[in-house]
Amino acid sequence: MTVESLYPRLEPLLAQVQKPIQYVGGELNAQVKPWDDVAVHWALMYPDAYEVGLPNQGLMILYEVLNERADALAERTYAVWPDLAGLMREHGVGQFTVDAHRPVREFDLLGVSFATELGYTNLLEALDLAGVPLHAVDRDESHPVVVAGGHAAFNPEPVSDFVDCAVLGDGEQVVGDITDVVAAWKDQGRPGGRVELLARLSRVDGVYVPRFYAVSYAADGTIAEVRRTRDDVPARVGKRTVMDLDEWPYPKQPLVPLAESVHERMSVEIFRGCTRGCRFCQAGMITRPVRERTITGIGSMVDAGLKATGYEEVGLLSLSSADHSEIGQLAKELADRYEGTNTGLSLPSTRVDAFNVTLANELSRNGRRSGLTFAPEGGSERIRRVINKTVSKEDLVRTVTTAYANGWRQVKLYFMCGLPTETDEDVLEIAELAVEVIRAGREASGSKDIRCTVSIGGFVPKPHTPFQWAAQASAETIDHRLRILREAINADRRIGRSIGLRYHDGKPGVIEGLLSRGDRRVGKVIERVWRDGGHFDGWSEHFSYDRWQTAAAEELAAFGLDLAWFTTRERTEHEVLPWDHLDSGLDKEWLWDDWQDAISEDEVGDCRWTGCYDCGVCPTMGTDIQIGPTGRSLLPLTPVSR
Amino acid sequence: MARTPDGPPPPPTVQKLRLRYTKRGPLRFASHRDLARALERALRRAQVPMAFSAGFSPHPKISYMGAAPTGAASEAEYFEIGLSARRDPEQVRAALDASLPPGIDVLECVEAVEGSGSLADRLDATRWRIDLPGVDADQLSAAVQTFLAQEVVLVAKRTKNGTKDVDAREAVVSAAVAVEAGCAILLVVVRQLTPTVRPDDVMAALAAVADLHPPLPARAVREAQGRLDDSGDVADPLGPDRVASSRCQGEPAQV
Ligand code: SF4
Repeated sequence: MTVESLYPRLEPLLAQVQKPIQYVGGELNAQVKPWDDVAVHWALMYPDAYEVGLPNQGLMILYEVLNERADALAERTYAVWPDLAGLMREHGVGQFTVDAHRPVREFDLLGVSFATELGYTNLLEALDLAGVPLHAVDRDESHPVVVAGGHAAFNPEPVSDFVDCAVLGDGEQVVGDITDVVAAWKDQGRPGGRVELLARLSRVDGVYVPRFYAVSYAADGTIAEVRRTRDDVPARVGKRTVMDLDEWPYPKQPLVPLAESVHERMSVEIFRGCTRGCRFCQAGMITRPVRERTITGIGSMVDAGLKATGYEEVGLLSLSSADHSEIGQLAKELADRYEGTNTGLSLPSTRVDAFNVTLANELSRNGRRSGLTFAPEGGSERIRRVINKTVSKEDLVRTVTTAYANGWRQVKLYFMCGLPTETDEDVLEIAELAVEVIRAGREASGSKDIRCTVSIGGFVPKPHTPFQWAAQASAETIDHRLRILREAINADRRIGRSIGLRYHDGKPGVIEGLLSRGDRRVGKVIERVWRDGGHFDGWSEHFSYDRWQTAAAEELAAFGLDLAWFTTRERTEHEVLPWDHLDSGLDKEWLWDDWQDAISEDEVGDCRWTGCYDCGVCPTMGTDIQIGPTGRSLLPLTPVSR
Repeated sequence: MARTPDGPPPPPTVQKLRLRYTKRGPLRFASHRDLARALERALRRAQVPMAFSAGFSPHPKISYMGAAPTGAASEAEYFEIGLSARRDPEQVRAALDASLPPGIDVLECVEAVEGSGSLADRLDATRWRIDLPGVDADQLSAAVQTFLAQEVVLVAKRTKNGTKDVDAREAVVSAAVAVEAGCAILLVVVRQLTPTVRPDDVMAALAAVADLHPPLPARAVREAQGRLDDSGDVADPLGPDRVASSRCQGEPAQV
């Protein structure tokens, strides 16, 4: 059975919408394979606008890995803006892929990557546009299997009504295993229908099929028990971990859009995982242990990627890039290689230490020295001990001052507000810090032309972190603290005008909190919000707190619960958490002890340098820390004709 | 304390090339900014030795001119690049074409000859072909006659500073109707004034004077862009460079 392109019917609609280029595909390095040549068809979705979704590394990697298989194809689809969605409904055009404009409805699998929970309503919108039943139980063999992945999939319970499975951990290998299962099941004539296919998938390592687990609740509203309903599915589902990053040098051919996107650069992931132990950081906790790409592996990816894309800038990506065991040498040797080529190299936001300034100087020696970003995250030394991101105030000011003295004009500082145990005083220290940084910076650089941007995010407690038990700060608390901080910064205009303050109000964080730590009952709220017209919740112009609040109040009342129960309520030690049957490798007792340590402001080291402290991941997952140095170095490339 | 880049200033421009390219198929939905980004990346991938401006964020020397609007296809878009080393124009054309997605096809590349004048000055008119599926050809002809008989036809045009009335009639040099495979086609030569009168402005004018409302979106293709010649047609804007370079090299001019 071949599948028709929707493009001829879509094209007249495109003439009537904003930024039509985002819907036509044809990106450099995009691939279109003949439908009938392969057994298994994957539609990969990033549930946000194209400009945000296209640069997503995870999706790009899986797109390439799957398309390299002879028996599979993968195409991409993104959230459609309301102007086009309206026209598609009016003209009966379904959700389509941008590669060959094939209807998503016809694919075997729809893989959705959730970097954040705020994409959930966009999944519902896409399913509805595609003509796929919203509820997994209403789908039959002709419908795609909806697979959730990404960090949010470590607690997929709020979307368990809508997805068929969730994949925990690294996707590179597990998408291949899933493809094998689907190919065999189709080849055998689809025995046992959809349920049998899902049962087979549930036996793939890292794949969780919510419908095979029943949740019961206690009188106080907490979970009494999560029990599997078939004995051929695992009692707990563990995450997947790719052990040798050099064996997976993806993306090899990064996609380059014609349309503008949020990242006008290519990225190379230099390591995965992080054991710094920042207690708020879900990414650091669920991606352990640290696995480094070697210096030579990174060098060849940078080289191949630049050739394949024509980008002018390369980001060396990871959760804490300066921690790579060969970063100093890597920075120097890459800067040597690309000297005089107008190629920019950069690190994402970094920890606050002097070494990072040295690194940034090295990477920028070919020119651009625009802005540096540091992430102290906590305003006071006390709160930085609570979150386990210790840096003294003196070191912080000294580091930032060094940056100004080295010619950096613009320094951005990331903080969080609403952290556990936080008081007004902790947040007000952000203002003191910023003022001191500007004072010292003006002196050190001899210039008034320096700026400091303070960027503040509301803290949202996440599953599989020591803060998973914490009470989230209310929107009122966050808004109050932001207001007094703004006043403190503006108190002295002569300094204050060099300080920019960026923040969002506390409301979206409350909804993110509901979705992050919610259980299956929250699915009703998500569906209601979508039915009331909610989508693109990550965009302030589309997000409606009122809509979420009303839906939460009305839908949760049936269970005797409310929004506060899921957000500002502190959990007790032995409460069954909705994600307890999903195994990130972290030992729950270790997490609890670390939570207690946080409250008593005790720090924990990094197992790369201070020895294993038994977080549980390595023995549970059969993994090991993999770091260098390798002792290898980058040779100069053969010069291109210039 | 302004920092200046270390090292010598960038090498100067030693050769200027003028190129014509297309915007075909789905890529008609690319905006001029999308195209600029794509062309700059393709120049890097094709390893064309671009000349750069001096300073901290050096820009490659590229001038874009008269871009067709988003949604309109084109067979005749033009841009000019400055090179820091001499290259064979045909090799640059082929390498660049290979580095661009299908639909953005580089059709011609000629060396700009000194003293032959600026390329932008040679782009003062466009010949548009506007396919109007579902429109009756006779009705279209009548509408065009009514339009041509007017002195002035004002249409509201959205600009950065709100809407502005523009005279669509003044810009139209000629207009004719054809039929191809049952589809009515409007062929219109438009002078490029400021603000530019685009195909949708022409359609708005036909709606205003003759109540013509196509049932389906019109599809416009810029077939040619260049200087308006005495016969009212659009002349090849790269012609003068070809003539001049063939004179220098003693080769016959290709047209
Ligand atoms: S098990 Fe030990 S070595 Fe492995 S990530 Fe946890 S603390 Fe580090």
